[in-house]
Order: sequence, then C-alpha cells, then structure tokens
Amino acid sequence: MSDGVAVDQRAAVPAASPEAAAAGARARLVRRILRNPSILIGGSVFLLLVLVALTADVLSPYNPTRLYPDQRLKPPGARNLLGTDEFGRDIASLVLHGSRVSLLVGGVTMVLTSLGGVVIGLVAGYYRRLDLVIMRVMDGLMAFPAILLAIALMAARGPGVWNVIISLSVVYLPRTAMLIRSTALSVRELDYVLAAQALGRGGPAIAFRHILPNCLGPLLVQGTFIFAYAVLAEAILGFLGVGVPPYVPSWGNVIASGKNVIREAFWVSAFPGVALTLAGLSLNLLGDGLRDTLDPRLRTE
Amino acid sequence: MTTYLLRRLLALLPVMLVVVTIVFFLIHLIPGDPVAVILGPEADARQIEDARRVLGLDRPLPEQLLRFYARLLRGDLGRSYFLDRPVTTALWERAEPTLVLMASALFVAVLIGVPSGIVAGAHQGSGWDRALMTLALLGVCVPGFWLSLNFVYLFSVRLGWLPVAGYASVFQDPVAALRYMLLPAVSLGFSQSALIARIARSCMIEVLRQDYIRTARAKGLAERSVVYLHAFRNALVPVVTVIGITMAILIGGAVVTEIVFNIPGLGRLIISAILRRDYPVVQGVVLLTAAVYMLINLVVDVVYAFIDPRIRYV
Repeated sequence: MSDGVAVDQRAAVPAASPEAAAAGARARLVRRILRNPSILIGGSVFLLLVLVALTADVLSPYNPTRLYPDQRLKPPGARNLLGTDEFGRDIASLVLHGSRVSLLVGGVTMVLTSLGGVVIGLVAGYYRRLDLVIMRVMDGLMAFPAILLAIALMAARGPGVWNVIISLSVVYLPRTAMLIRSTALSVRELDYVLAAQALGRGGPAIAFRHILPNCLGPLLVQGTFIFAYAVLAEAILGFLGVGVPPYVPSWGNVIASGKNVIREAFWVSAFPGVALTLAGLSLNLLGDGLRDTLDPRLRTE
Repeated sequence: MTTYLLRRLLALLPVMLVVVTIVFFLIHLIPGDPVAVILGPEADARQIEDARRVLGLDRPLPEQLLRFYARLLRGDLGRSYFLDRPVTTALWERAEPTLVLMASALFVAVLIGVPSGIVAGAHQGSGWDRALMTLALLGVCVPGFWLSLNFVYLFSVRLGWLPVAGYASVFQDPVAALRYMLLPAVSLGFSQSALIARIARSCMIEVLRQDYIRTARAKGLAERSVVYLHAFRNALVPVVTVIGITMAILIGGAVVTEIVFNIPGLGRLIISAILRRDYPVVQGVVLLTAAVYMLINLVVDVVYAFIDPRIRYV
C-alpha cells in the first residue's frame, strides 16, 4: 500500500518533458501489471502451458500416436502415469501433445481476429459510408450462436487444424471489429485527431498512427478472451467429431474417445479435461487482470 | 413502446438477410465440387450432373441466391438427402428435446445463479462472497461438456442413481423424463449459473451504493430488509437481461450436451447430418438456431425497454 502512495505523489509532480512523462506512465503501467495477482497467477500458468507445448516431445514418456494393443485401458500407474486409452496410447503423452493444438488454434485465432478486427473496425469507424454495410455483415455473423456457426463452417470445410482456425476466426472476428470500431468512433472526435486532420494528414495515417494506439489496450484484453474461447471451442469441435482429425492428439479428441469408455476408464476423459480447465482458467485470469489494469474506465475506481 | 418495437423489428430485417445469405453460401464453401462431395466417390458423371440440376446448382449464382430467398419465404427449407422428408419436418421432430433441455437448464441456472450472486453482492468481501465467486470463476472455466462427463461418471457409473444417457418425452412419461433430464440440465445449467451469479453480484453491489439505500439505512431499517426488500428488486432488472443472454448461450450448450447424453434433439441432428453430408439439414438447423437466437435477443431487449423506459429513447 505504501508504494501506491509514492506512485501517486510522483504523478502529482509536473513532468519535465512529454517523453519523460510517457516513460513514467509506461513504467507505472508495467508495475501495476506485475503487481496484479490475477495477471501473475494466470500469466505463470499460461507460460507453463507454452513451455509444455514447446517441449512436449521431450517431456512425453511415449509417442502419443503409437498404439500399444496389449496396454489397453490401463489405469494410472507406474508405467503410464495417467493411464492409457482404448488403443493403449499413453494419456500423459496425449495430454502434453494436446496442448500444441490448443495453443496453436487459440494463438493464431487471436492474431487473425486482431488483425482482421483492426482493419475492419478502423475502416468502419473512419469511413462512415462503409460503416453501414460492414456493420450489417458483422451483425449477421453475430446473429448465429457462436458454436453453431463454427460447426456449420466445419461441416462445409471438413476436418483440419487450419479449417478450425479459419472457422473460429470468422466466428470471433465481429467482436473485435465492433470493439475497435467503437473505440475509433469515440477517439476520432478528440482534439488531437482534429489537429492531425487540420495538418493535412490522410485518412489511413490518422487511423493507424493516431487512432489505433488508443485501441491497443482493449484489443489485448479482447484478444486474451478470444484465445480462451478459441481453446474451448476447439476442444468442443474435437469432442463433437468435427474439429481436428481424430488421429491428431488434441484434448477435445481424447475427451471424445474417453466418453465411449467412461464406464471402464474415467481417466481417459478426466485428465485432458483438467488440462483444458487449467488453460481456460489461466487465460480468464489473465484477461480479467489485464482488463482491470488497462481499462481506463475501471482505473479511476 | 409500439414505435420502439417496430423499429427493432425493422432493424432485424437486414440482419436476417445477411444471415440467410451466409447460410446459402455454406454449401459453396465446400472445397472442390459440392455435388461430388455430397454424392461420395461412387457417383458417376451422369449422377453428378442430375443431382446438380435437381439442386439447382447448374444455374448462375445470383439466380440460385434469389431462388433460395424465395423458397425460404414460402417456409421451404428443402429436402433432407438422407432422412427422406422435408427439412422442416425433421426440425419439428427434433425440436422438443432441445427445448426441454434448454428450459430445464435455464431453470437450474437461475435457481443457482441468482441467489448466489445476490448473497455474494450483499456481503461483498466476506468469506461467502469469496467462496461463491471462486466457485463461479471455476464454473466459467470448467468446460460444460467435460463437467457433464464427470457427472455421468459419478452419478450414473459409480453411484448408479441416474441413467447414463437417453431421453424420454415429458408428455409421455414424466418420471422417466425427469430421471433422464436431471444430469443434462444440472451440468448445462451449472456452467451458465456462474455467469448469472457474477452479473447478479455486480448489480447488487451497484444498487447498494445508491442514495436511496443510504436513506433506507439512515432511517434505521434492518439490514435484512434494506438488502432483500429495497436493493434486491432493482438489482433484478439487469439480471433479466443476463437470463435472456443465458438462454441464447444455452442453444449452443444444448447442442453439445445432447451429444454427451445421447438426447435426440437438434444437436444430434446437425452432427449426424454433417457426417452424412446432408447439407440441407445442416443449413436448416443453423438457420433455425440463428432465428431463435435473434428472437430471444429481441425479446430480451423489448422486455428490458418495458422494465426500464429510459432505454426506448436511446
């Protein structure tokens, strides 16, 4: 608490130069982020998951796709720490490798929706004539229940990691686009944007150099939540049998195969579900924490 | 109020046009030749040509789109390739289980969510608040379909209290229906209750900050009646909206839950249709759920405007 007071005092002292003030504000923001318990816990668990995904080959005791017919449905034990599935595959290795698909789908979906959302949102927020058309299309995409639109797109495109990524990006793109648009709409009326216009700056320059930086905070928060949604949605699609192909180790696929043997072997579906929950929890904590520290409306409280 | 309703209905028209167009283009997203994909590898060139003519895929794209609109206006969703009946009939047959599941899950979600949120909000910062909100965070993060599987394992496989999976119609055998529906409704409702609880809590906290609450306390009312008579009623207004949103989310959740519990509803219909490449059925389910989704959102907005007249003029 005493640190908080010190920060407040420093903020009250007039800064020597705009650059120093900006650097000070940035340092304060970094400190506030590092002190937020949600970000610390969520971020650490998430980093751990990334490390696991990167080193899955080293960490896994077995090849996750290799079948051991004589080791079918073995309970957790010394040979297989988390047991085996109906084909004798090692659950621990499947769970470790499953993190790759989840993080790949979540991460790429986050990047694609952010890039697409920024372009669409800025265009709609800045060029008012295009706004009407773009927003009707976004409204149309948002009129579907998210998972059903994803299912329908997968039905058309067929199973595959990239089809999952593209489907989920289409599903979640409108949210980001609308967020950027509304931020752009509120920022474009501010004095400094008018000043830039008066100085003769072109539309794209204003949109990207003056409006976009104000959208970055909300964008990061939104992106974190989209990451979480996409990880969950990927697992759901896999569970329904319309996600990544069955032979690819993914949490949703393993849970789906565990459903068929739930009477004999609860561990098949239990452990990938724990991993999935952990991933969702870390991303939600991270998103909540980032929102609390980055959203200026909440900061004043 | 009538003007507001009319305005909202008019605003829905362009969205519906976009929705229908997206559904139309689904079949054109199929990589390669859609007809060849639908008929499978055994079909010869003549069969493919015939099917293309029957499906109208040999005509120019704008004409296909206009014919699609015209068909929908007549309430014709096409014929299922596999089930040998109109898509509308198939949807009608499968709607009951999904609706029953959604309604019972909503009941469970409200039953758990509203009281926990109100109690947590009324005693902000207390041990109850922390315990309930930790539970709610878990409820948000634990995937619903996985939670269902764990419930099946615990209550059906280990304890043997309830059937593992299946469905009975409430209208034919209410007792069996309850036994079959209990686990799906609780597991689907529990996940949604977390969202309701979170919102109800923040609404309660917001309301308790208002001046009239301070007045109520200042005039010496017991804390119990301040919270449960004065604050509770106003905190419920936004909760109504959240319940509506929950209902909309439940459509997606119901589809997944049906697969876990083998409930013969719209979710199983669309998944089996995908596996059989029965695209008219896929289009039909997606269109129906989108229509219901839009309708729920409209009703929620209208109800909200009815409760809180300030909304109408925004």
